[in-house]
Amino acid sequence: MSEKIVNGLKRFGSARLIISLFFLALLAVTYVMDLSFGATVSDVLVRWCMNFVLVLAMVPSVLSGCGLNFASTLGISCGLLGGVLSIEFGFTGLLSLVMAGLFGCVFAALVGALYGKLLNYIKGSEMMIATYVGFAFVSLMCIVWVFLPITNDTLRLAMGGGVRLNVELSATFGHMLNDFLPVKVGSITIPLGFMLVCAAFSLLLGLFLNSRTGRMMRVAGENPKFAQALDINVNTNRILGTMLSTMISAVGILFYAQSYGFLQLYTAPLKMSFLAVAAVLIGGATTRKASIGNVVLGPLLFNGILATSTPVANALAPDSNLAEIVRIIVSNGIIVYALTKIKREV
Amino acid sequence: MDTYLLEMRHITKRYGENTVLKDMELLVKPREIHALLGENGAGKSTLMNILFGMPVIQDSGGFEGEIRREGKPVQIDTPIRAMEAGIGMVHQEFMMIPGFTIAENIKLNREPLKNSLAGKLGGRYLSVIDFDQMGRDARAALDQVGMEVSEQTLMDRLPVGHMQFVEISREIDKKNIKLLVFDEPTAVLTESEAGVLLGIMRKLADSGIAIIFITHRLDEVMEVADQVTVFRDGELVGSMPIGETDTVKIAEMMIGRKMGEAFEKTRACTDENLPFAVELKNFAVDMPGERTKSVSLQVKKGEIFGLAGLAGQGKISIANGIMGICPSEGELLINGEPVSKITPQKILKQGCAFVSEDRKGTGLLLDNSIEDNIAVAAMKVQKKYLRRFGFFTQIDKKKIRAHAQEMIKALDIRCTGPSQYTRRLSGGNQQKVCVARALSLEPDILLVSEPTRGIDIGAKRLLMEYLVRLNQERGMTIIITSSELAELRAVCDRIAIIFDGTVVGILPPDAPDREYGLYMMGYETKEKERSVAEHE
Repeated sequence: MSEKIVNGLKRFGSARLIISLFFLALLAVTYVMDLSFGATVSDVLVRWCMNFVLVLAMVPSVLSGCGLNFASTLGISCGLLGGVLSIEFGFTGLLSLVMAGLFGCVFAALVGALYGKLLNYIKGSEMMIATYVGFAFVSLMCIVWVFLPITNDTLRLAMGGGVRLNVELSATFGHMLNDFLPVKVGSITIPLGFMLVCAAFSLLLGLFLNSRTGRMMRVAGENPKFAQALDINVNTNRILGTMLSTMISAVGILFYAQSYGFLQLYTAPLKMSFLAVAAVLIGGATTRKASIGNVVLGPLLFNGILATSTPVANALAPDSNLAEIVRIIVSNGIIVYALTKIKREV
Repeated sequence: MDTYLLEMRHITKRYGENTVLKDMELLVKPREIHALLGENGAGKSTLMNILFGMPVIQDSGGFEGEIRREGKPVQIDTPIRAMEAGIGMVHQEFMMIPGFTIAENIKLNREPLKNSLAGKLGGRYLSVIDFDQMGRDARAALDQVGMEVSEQTLMDRLPVGHMQFVEISREIDKKNIKLLVFDEPTAVLTESEAGVLLGIMRKLADSGIAIIFITHRLDEVMEVADQVTVFRDGELVGSMPIGETDTVKIAEMMIGRKMGEAFEKTRACTDENLPFAVELKNFAVDMPGERTKSVSLQVKKGEIFGLAGLAGQGKISIANGIMGICPSEGELLINGEPVSKITPQKILKQGCAFVSEDRKGTGLLLDNSIEDNIAVAAMKVQKKYLRRFGFFTQIDKKKIRAHAQEMIKALDIRCTGPSQYTRRLSGGNQQKVCVARALSLEPDILLVSEPTRGIDIGAKRLLMEYLVRLNQERGMTIIITSSELAELRAVCDRIAIIFDGTVVGILPPDAPDREYGLYMMGYETKEKERSVAEHE
């Protein structure tokens, strides 16, 4: 029995164990210091869901052998474009979210396919290239935002043409999922509907990964030589993985935006991919292995620490920037930690 | 009495429980070219590693035995000690810095220094290199090997053949050099370059440097060596002056009769009229390091066919070419039907399956479970182990589990269960997983490459028995590629010997050792017949 526990802990990993304990400690402090415990926990749960699909996008990328998708900003930009178009065409309510997702996925599929082709030329340094492709694409999108011929007033800059920096979503799909089937337990609000939607997306991805196509994609990602001997086209499968990752990112940003209440355009997506990468790494993924389990755990710990550290830091050192500093150290520190863990194929 | 320059006596070396050298002896006289012969894995490189004090020896527990230089015992436990003892090596793979000139490469880390202020203050590390002296030394060494190219030429401008000569120059530039080891020096050289090299070796020997010459080319040995020592399976077979022997004798010594118990077969495959399962016509495969130029052979249905040959001669690439893993030219017929534009999918669908020699690369998904490894090929090629929902599929984990458990039992795969990762298995069990995967395709033709490389004796025996059983019970055609001739002779109906990318000949397993030996060395049939006739 005790051996089982030890083995379980070993599999969980010391890094994750420490982070989990830290998170629990922060929660305890919040409770003991009476820093609106219920609101904090509710906040953690919402943030968990809001980042969930963005983090989920890392899985197909890693499993197809392209490493962590530092260029998920590509998908994010496509999702934002989908959101803008959906509003521009006058969709409202649930339909606006669905149409935004559809538009976003169409663009993301296109961009993802092209980007996947690019990745096939630079095998081995995907993550380095991805980072800069992501940066470049955000800048490119800045130009698109400025010149997009927009007529809708909620979108258009007050003076001249182009899209606003932040697009208000209260009239369209803002908080649509947050407010779907919420359950109150004491002072804690559980966004049950949002969680179910996230679970549904995980299930879909899980079904795909357990299909023959998904299985072959994973083989191609894990061992290209092995794949070649079975006539599995490694390049095609890498493109497939990249497309999926980009499309899921597009949906992910829309979920994020509806929760946040705004579409943040221009340079706002610049570093979003890093947060998703950090979250999945915290969940136990590596650059060669990632599972849906990692995605469930990762964003919970990551956003849990961010959400709880803010009130605690503010209470410990009022009028300081401590919370923001902690957030930056944690998110970047985790990325560094994980990248040092990259193991070359034996 | 002769004094030997180098005496290595009673050398025994074990890696774990595996004895790779047993009571080995090597005696080298001054001014002698001493040829070392043996199949791959006979223990030549281990002996040389001991002679050079390579860390791999010390790290694995050292060795037993004694090394003497000019009669005095010497302790060689680091490569530096070997250098101090005057032992040099001309490597098979060139150890050169491409961006440096020839002179810089020759004097690497032994640069002549000039007096200078910085040198006086900072010692050796701040001294200035005396480039004039360096050039002169290099020139002298190059002259000695008869190389006319300027010593200031950059290394990467040189043709491959010349690099060998620069290596030699570097070794003879070391003033105290007494003994030089040439490890297959002619492998990468053209015929004329090889001729020049042999001439230089003779010249060096005459000038007082003893040479240990490791090669697979018997004619070179006959041409240049004074003494020949033959190893087999880590044991000394014999050592004699070259005048007292000939190619046939040497070949016989190298192969030897070392068959294990032969495997029991109820049905021999001797019928001349059997149809062909696999036919190759002028088949050429491009595989780095193992190229085949033109192979023509026919494998009969229900036969166990062996592909033998020394490393680098191309035997490995044939199976890889047939399976479409390496690009190939020429004709391939499977069950009488020609296959054009070979792809792995086509061949696998034709009922062929392959167990790769590259077990950890092409052979296994190391970070996946045993059951997934076994099922994946059949899932890809034959769409087995799937449940269908319209055009959508789901993996049928129950079926995979059941099949894996069956295979684990049949092949006696030692594991904690079907979900164990293959990375954690021993080599022999990993190999069994590879075989299990191939068998789950239910092939008519099974290609197996190096099935017993790096696995223990028990597992070896079991694997070979299993292959024979598949052949006997299911009539499966099996093509085994192996570096272990003895193993092939124990199970095969016929064995093709590959040399220099072509088939030298096809022998029955009970052909005399000397024929195998000569074929492995690439002696053409006519020449072989002649020398055999002379011998008898």
